[in-house]
Amino acid sequence: MTMREKIEEAAARYPDQRSAIMPALLIAQRERGHLPGPVLEEVADILGVERIWVYELATFYTLFHTEPVGIFHLQLCDNVSCMLRRSEDLLRHLEEVLGIKKGGTTPDGLFTLSTVECLGACEMAPVMQVGDDYHGDLDIARIDALLDRLRATVRQATGADLAAAGPPGE
Amino acid sequence: MFEPVLLRNVDVPDGHLLATYEAGGGYRALAKALRKHTPDEIIDVVKKSNLRGRGGAGFPTGMKWSFVPKRAGKPKYLCCNADEGEPGTFKDRIIMERDPHQLIEGMAISAYAIGAETAYVYIRGEYTLAIARLEQAIAEAHAKGYLGTRILGSDFSFAVHIHCGAGAYICGEETAMLDSLEGKRAQPRLKPPFPAVEGLYASPTVINNVETLACVPHIVARGPDWFRGIGPDKSPGPKLYCLSGQVRKPGLYELPMGIPLRELVEDCAGGALPGRKLKAVIPGGVSAPLIPERGLDVGMDFDSLAAAGSMLGSAGVIVIDDSTCIVKVATRIIEFFHHESCGKCTPCREGLNWVVKVLRRVEAGQGAPGDMEQLEALCKGIFGNTFCALGDGAAMGLRAALAHFEDEFVTHIEERRCPFH
Repeated sequence: MTMREKIEEAAARYPDQRSAIMPALLIAQRERGHLPGPVLEEVADILGVERIWVYELATFYTLFHTEPVGIFHLQLCDNVSCMLRRSEDLLRHLEEVLGIKKGGTTPDGLFTLSTVECLGACEMAPVMQVGDDYHGDLDIARIDALLDRLRATVRQATGADLAAAGPPGE
Repeated sequence: MFEPVLLRNVDVPDGHLLATYEAGGGYRALAKALRKHTPDEIIDVVKKSNLRGRGGAGFPTGMKWSFVPKRAGKPKYLCCNADEGEPGTFKDRIIMERDPHQLIEGMAISAYAIGAETAYVYIRGEYTLAIARLEQAIAEAHAKGYLGTRILGSDFSFAVHIHCGAGAYICGEETAMLDSLEGKRAQPRLKPPFPAVEGLYASPTVINNVETLACVPHIVARGPDWFRGIGPDKSPGPKLYCLSGQVRKPGLYELPMGIPLRELVEDCAGGALPGRKLKAVIPGGVSAPLIPERGLDVGMDFDSLAAAGSMLGSAGVIVIDDSTCIVKVATRIIEFFHHESCGKCTPCREGLNWVVKVLRRVEAGQGAPGDMEQLEALCKGIFGNTFCALGDGAAMGLRAALAHFEDEFVTHIEERRCPFH
């Protein structure tokens, strides 16, 4: 299905097209990696809604990225339950081994490092979301093993696979 | 010995599949409701059960349903609040990942009771596995005729749609959720009108939490007296408790409402980590004021915790031990509320910004004389003056930390350092 078809299918669930903006933005972000202005306008045009409505959602909700993010977006929870399980140590370690500060992306475009509010998986604190997957009960050794695994996926992937995984930027 | 009700399927292999759910008696409560009861009778059964909303506010569910006008002249909607964002809470995620049909059956019965033909499950976007499982379960239920037109040969037709959130805690506030569902920035609405009269698309709407809806099939199957027989009469039923933080066995526990907090933390979850001592517990997600160790004998139900100056909230129980600085915990909690403030009203938006600045300097050992009074004044300016409960929750939590651990704050200011670093 094209992006347009996916968005139109999602929009059929609502009596009002405006309700479909959020699902449409999630679809567009999966397809395009992030949501720069031209993508927002494309979404508005597909749904036939005001562009400002699309812009205001894309800049309000934290899961929408108007700027490029790395192939692997490391989202480390640092809310109370994870903090009590020393998520700070993990953040410091990640900043050190990746050579970036939180909010930054590695020069090769592989990793973006963010801290996020509670992921709703406190039973496995400290926890980090990477793409669709949750990784819990983390410590420094497990973080290192995870980074190795993620790097290996990219090494194995061909250029085409890499593009399918959602490259950063245009 | 208490037999789990809500979690009975979660550790069963393939507990998320329709076949497993049916084998355990699943969808028989829906069949019973459609064949033997009128919608009003279902509302009555739920009223008699004294089921109270599990999302945090504890409002009586049957009463909420009865506010929906019988003849509205408009479609009615059921919304399932699955935007589980209260820090320390993960119960709804586990129900949706491992037993999604329990929720779907609960929604179908609830929709029949209020006369809704459409439901939206507003689920947080991060919950990718729960979303996939719920999508699969909806498709299975549809194929088997538990959803769709003329369900099980009745006149009742009902469809469930998933609506993914995109990372905004405020969407857990029911009117902000409705604005978000309508494709707007999530900001709470003025009440009245209440959603039961004018909710989604200005139509009558009931918003219930995942766990609340999951209780409904059991109440219909076993009767309201069974439900009321578990825990305190005014706040009864089986309850999910999310244990996290500095405790030996974090996890999701199902026990009767009203179980003493100390029993939950020390006996069920194994107590403090080796070599540490319990210092305080947040009983209901970070909106709930913390309780110092000496207060842990309180019962985990809406009324007992309110009487103890805290609240059951989402039953996200966060355990804090003696190695942890309360000023640091309080700072992190207020940083969260500040980050998630939707920006609509000034006391919350500006007040929390100010509180964060004061707390950060106190924690960093740069506090000044007068900061304690400043914090109290800010709490007073926020509490009761905000549009929704977000600001109140922040102020109540901070006040409890200041009241129970005043000496820790004062030590930070007087010694100009954090004694835990």
